[in-house]
Amino acid sequence: MPEQFILIPGRTSRQGTSLNEGKSTAEYQNEIGTLQVCVEDMQRLGLTEGDRVRLWNDVGDVTVPCKPAPRDELPAGLLFISYGDISSRLMGGETHCSGMPDSKGIDVYLEKVS
Amino acid sequence: MSTAIAPPAIPAATELKVVKDATCTFCGCVCDDMELTVEGNTITKAKNACVLGKAWFLNHHAEERPVATIEGQPATFEQAVERAAQILTNATFPITYGLSDTTCEAQRVAVAISDWIGGTVDTTTSVCHGPSGMAFQGVGEVTCTLGEVKNRADFIIFWGGNPAESHPRHFTKYSLMPKGEFLPNGRKDRTAVLIDVRKTKSARAADIFLQIKPRSDFELAWAMRGIAAGVEIDPDIEKVTGISLDVLKDVVAQMKQAKFGVILFGMGLTMTRGKHINSEAVLALARDMNKYTRFTAKPMRGHGNVTGADNVVTWQTGYPFGVNLNRGYPRFNPGEFTTSDVLARGEADAAMIIASDPMSNFSQPARDHLRSIPSVVLDPKLSDTAKVATVAFTTSVYGINTPGTVYRMDDVPISLRPAFDSPYPSDLEVLKAIEKRVKEILQARS
Ligand code: SF4
Repeated sequence: MPEQFILIPGRTSRQGTSLNEGKSTAEYQNEIGTLQVCVEDMQRLGLTEGDRVRLWNDVGDVTVPCKPAPRDELPAGLLFISYGDISSRLMGGETHCSGMPDSKGIDVYLEKVS
Repeated sequence: MSTAIAPPAIPAATELKVVKDATCTFCGCVCDDMELTVEGNTITKAKNACVLGKAWFLNHHAEERPVATIEGQPATFEQAVERAAQILTNATFPITYGLSDTTCEAQRVAVAISDWIGGTVDTTTSVCHGPSGMAFQGVGEVTCTLGEVKNRADFIIFWGGNPAESHPRHFTKYSLMPKGEFLPNGRKDRTAVLIDVRKTKSARAADIFLQIKPRSDFELAWAMRGIAAGVEIDPDIEKVTGISLDVLKDVVAQMKQAKFGVILFGMGLTMTRGKHINSEAVLALARDMNKYTRFTAKPMRGHGNVTGADNVVTWQTGYPFGVNLNRGYPRFNPGEFTTSDVLARGEADAAMIIASDPMSNFSQPARDHLRSIPSVVLDPKLSDTAKVATVAFTTSVYGINTPGTVYRMDDVPISLRPAFDSPYPSDLEVLKAIEKRVKEILQARS
């Protein structure tokens, strides 16, 4: 059963350092393409590090590997991914007359890909 | 300028030199105390740089790319300038975008070109602190420099940002740690609060961490304004924001007791539902606190010269971003003239993108449209946007190869001291050549 989560894309220092090595490098792609889930949600959903999960909303649909968020960084119900190509696929074009699409706090569904 | 099609030869420089007081342009901190060791065309040491700054300087390798391409094929500089000028002058709704990673000198020329062609000029501010720009117009900005923060701020609130990872030297150079004129004991004399939805690495540096529920920044700031003004706040605020009324009252009391407070706010506010009203609430809170003490607020800016882009576009058009010049006078309207919207709605019929990569971080409809229209792209790297460009220029890197002026996130202009020459032209040189040709074409038509 898919569950609803709130996705927070954001900057990380690994994203910043690997960006300078190039967006096509494995490290950058790995950083922007791995979803962080809090340990509690990982256990509840029967997920282990490296499992692939599907994330989608009315705008886009991506499948990415997941890993537990460091320590207590995320509360239950929140997901984190490093800002980049993947997160932008779940971001709509609507800006509500602000020029800024909803780029953080995005509603998504998540399910494990078997 | 070279007429050769092959990649320009990289001068075989072997000398060793040290460039003191160089400037890092990787993030909005624009640290100007770098000491770079340069061996030939490589920076081998970047003393004083943080982990991001080191990655910025040490990974700079000269690209082996032609100076320009047209539809993916190598072209001379002159051919590329000609095609770029034709694209821009033949369009009815051209848009200029990017500009946050180039010098103010180049930004000026980009605005001038947009004016000549009756286009729209927008910068990455629109998808960064553009909503804060709108909020400044709504409620004003009680502002200060980072020098004042360093020397005076005894109460610092970081709101919706993670400087430990995005601006690694902010704490040590400008805000939390340094000893200041009125804070002789540095960190011990300051109280730091972090407000965020995630308990990030920055939380470890804070005295008070308020982990708020997602999308409740506005409610939190409004409740704090109410508490400061003596209004009775419903304890249910905890259900909405995740923070109890007692904790909020305590934080507001401490804000009032501070000698000099500052709220440094990030994109957790501007990118989340509410956007400009989130920024407005925080700016209004800082403004209100001046009834009791001195309190200021500043956005934490990301790219090295995004603040310069706001300054240059403002001094040239009167507005900071999202400016349309099609009627011969500037019109500002976020949502109408901002790039994400203009592209997602399929309106622009040509684009000039300078030092930015919207093909890797815009919404899908915006990317799809950008791919479908003629575009001119200036970038030191073969970015996803350069890959789909009709005309792509390989440019030198500002701060490393190119001198000029950039603005730190607190609107303080800083000069660049480049480390070594590049065989590629600067954004300024490319834009000047395009502007010259655009003017000639328009003159011949009139
Ligand atoms: S804090 Fe920013 S400007 Fe300073 S060295 Fe690090 S990346 Fe460069």
